[in-house]
Amino acid sequence: MTVFEGERLDEARAIIARYPHGRQRSAVMPLLYLAQSVEGWVTRDALREIAGLIGVRTAEVEAVATFYTMLRPRPTGTHLIAVCTNLSCALLGGNELLEAAHEASGVPIGGEVSDDGEFSVHEEECLGVCELAPVIQVNVANHDRVTPERVREIVGSLRSGEVPQPARGPAVESFKAASRILAGLEPLAEEGATA
Amino acid sequence: MSDSHRVLTAHWHDPSVIPLAGYEAAGGYRALRTALGMSADELIQVVKDSGLRGRGGAGFPTGMKWSFVPRDSGKPTFVTVNFDESEPGTCNNRELVEREPHALIEGSAIAARAIDCHLAFIYVRGEYLWQGQVLQRALDEAYATGYLGRGIMGGDYDLDIVLHRGAGAYICGEETALLSSLEGFRGQPRLRPPFPAVEGLYESPTVINNVETLMNVPHIVNNGADWFKSIGTEKAPGTKVFTISGKVERPGNYELPMGTPMRELLEEHAGGVLGGRALKAWTPGGSSTPFLTADHLDVGLDFESVMDAGSLLGTGAIMVLDETDCMVEAARRLVEFYAHESCGKCTPCREGTWWASRVLGRIESGYGHEDDLPVMADMGENILFRAFCALADGAVSPIQSTLQHFMDEYEAHIREGRCPVTGTGPGREAGGDRPAEDDRPAGDVTFAATGPFEIQGAPS
Repeated sequence: MTVFEGERLDEARAIIARYPHGRQRSAVMPLLYLAQSVEGWVTRDALREIAGLIGVRTAEVEAVATFYTMLRPRPTGTHLIAVCTNLSCALLGGNELLEAAHEASGVPIGGEVSDDGEFSVHEEECLGVCELAPVIQVNVANHDRVTPERVREIVGSLRSGEVPQPARGPAVESFKAASRILAGLEPLAEEGATA
Repeated sequence: MSDSHRVLTAHWHDPSVIPLAGYEAAGGYRALRTALGMSADELIQVVKDSGLRGRGGAGFPTGMKWSFVPRDSGKPTFVTVNFDESEPGTCNNRELVEREPHALIEGSAIAARAIDCHLAFIYVRGEYLWQGQVLQRALDEAYATGYLGRGIMGGDYDLDIVLHRGAGAYICGEETALLSSLEGFRGQPRLRPPFPAVEGLYESPTVINNVETLMNVPHIVNNGADWFKSIGTEKAPGTKVFTISGKVERPGNYELPMGTPMRELLEEHAGGVLGGRALKAWTPGGSSTPFLTADHLDVGLDFESVMDAGSLLGTGAIMVLDETDCMVEAARRLVEFYAHESCGKCTPCREGTWWASRVLGRIESGYGHEDDLPVMADMGENILFRAFCALADGAVSPIQSTLQHFMDEYEAHIREGRCPVTGTGPGREAGGDRPAEDDRPAGDVTFAATGPFEIQGAPS
């Protein structure tokens, strides 16, 4: 399958143009995010096409894609639930949130995706919201001071097609949508001008 | 919070400063206009005179860093903003940008001016998805107003700022790994020298500064070096935005003068230990900084005082543990973090952090051996200062500091076969035997007196 064609190819070229002439390799991470926003994960086809776009070998793109945890070289659920279990969150119940997320979503511990393809659960290192611990992210949007009960509610809402409002910023409807924001292609609306 | 020393957080109550018009109405971009009328030498001098030191952990003098950039290299120069805030416990950069994004753009533009840079990058960690959008919206406003782009503020100085998103790698907060990542490679550190000031991004002279550091710069330009030096300590002027989290009543980001005693931050601002319990341990500056204890409450939170107490100010991220928390568990969790985030380049870090986390896990779960303690101490010594970058050194902090301050807790785990604090673990038989080997958790490690390590349950 061709990932970058039509509008996607134009967007890929615009991403490359952010970087100085001759430094197109710098675009590899946003291009990987863009590919992930189309397919939900980084496929072999995407690796090959990105290599062609920036003029490096496929293995070099793969080396990057496999280094960073937010780039997923494996099929990923529609929604990614990320649970911080680093110290500040662990002290206030982060491990219980991780258990609840696995249980409610049906993603087995050590597994990647729930059987219905709806969820992936990822144990996270520090998410940088320690003062509001314990925290999780749903499609990379923050939910603060979360309880196991709240995790079950969130999973229930997602199952019924509703993405719960995060603590800050707009809700992100899927992991694909998050990847598109991370490719730098979704500006915030003016209305969101308050924190 | 006492308001007298709020500099970077003075407008945190006021969301009107988030859009450009409100930021300007509060005095924003005045410093950039002043800076455009100053020479690069003058700008570097005022920042040098102010004594501003980097807030990202190392505390290096900012003006001196800028002055290391050669003028005659014949190459372009770059400013790279390190907004890859990932040190466990640390979140002040996040809130600073959420509440006043233009302050970062203004500080970055002044830094660019000081080294004659026309293209700057802001490297934001991927997990700060919305914060990146907030910053991009502010950048778009600054372009639309003529504060970025060609001929900024009507003069002849051009500056572009590009936002670059990370993708979940702690190591990219290390400045040379950040540059590798920004160039499109795996985020692995580079050997120094050459230092980034001489050969950084795209083999060109580069200044890399932390978000909080750069946000201080407009205030220094506006109010002068003497004003800045009137706050904080002699060797560490200015304020610091401390993050306090974990077992406290009011966790949060608090801006206080450098040198403020920990007791004041904990008791007056953070409301004391959660539930009135006793303080057991705290990190002064994130997971990489050795734990201190209740004996260190009167230590001033500045680079020198914390170092004198046996730790490091780091990012000023204070994580608080109380009497009900197990220090072996805390050390194991933090060392696991380093094992996960090790980029794999250097053997002492890649292998050492992994083995250390396994041995700590064994002690924590009640299956520790008497000789695990010297093994842990030995591992610490063999990791520290033996890798390219400071990530490995960070992993040694929780190991060595818990062995130093909480040896009795380690010994009790091994002696009793269970955690003396939480009571979890199999416990020892009445005769004092260790729990049966067959009951060990999968993946436990065995040290033979001679020969290689074995992992129980690992495929052979």
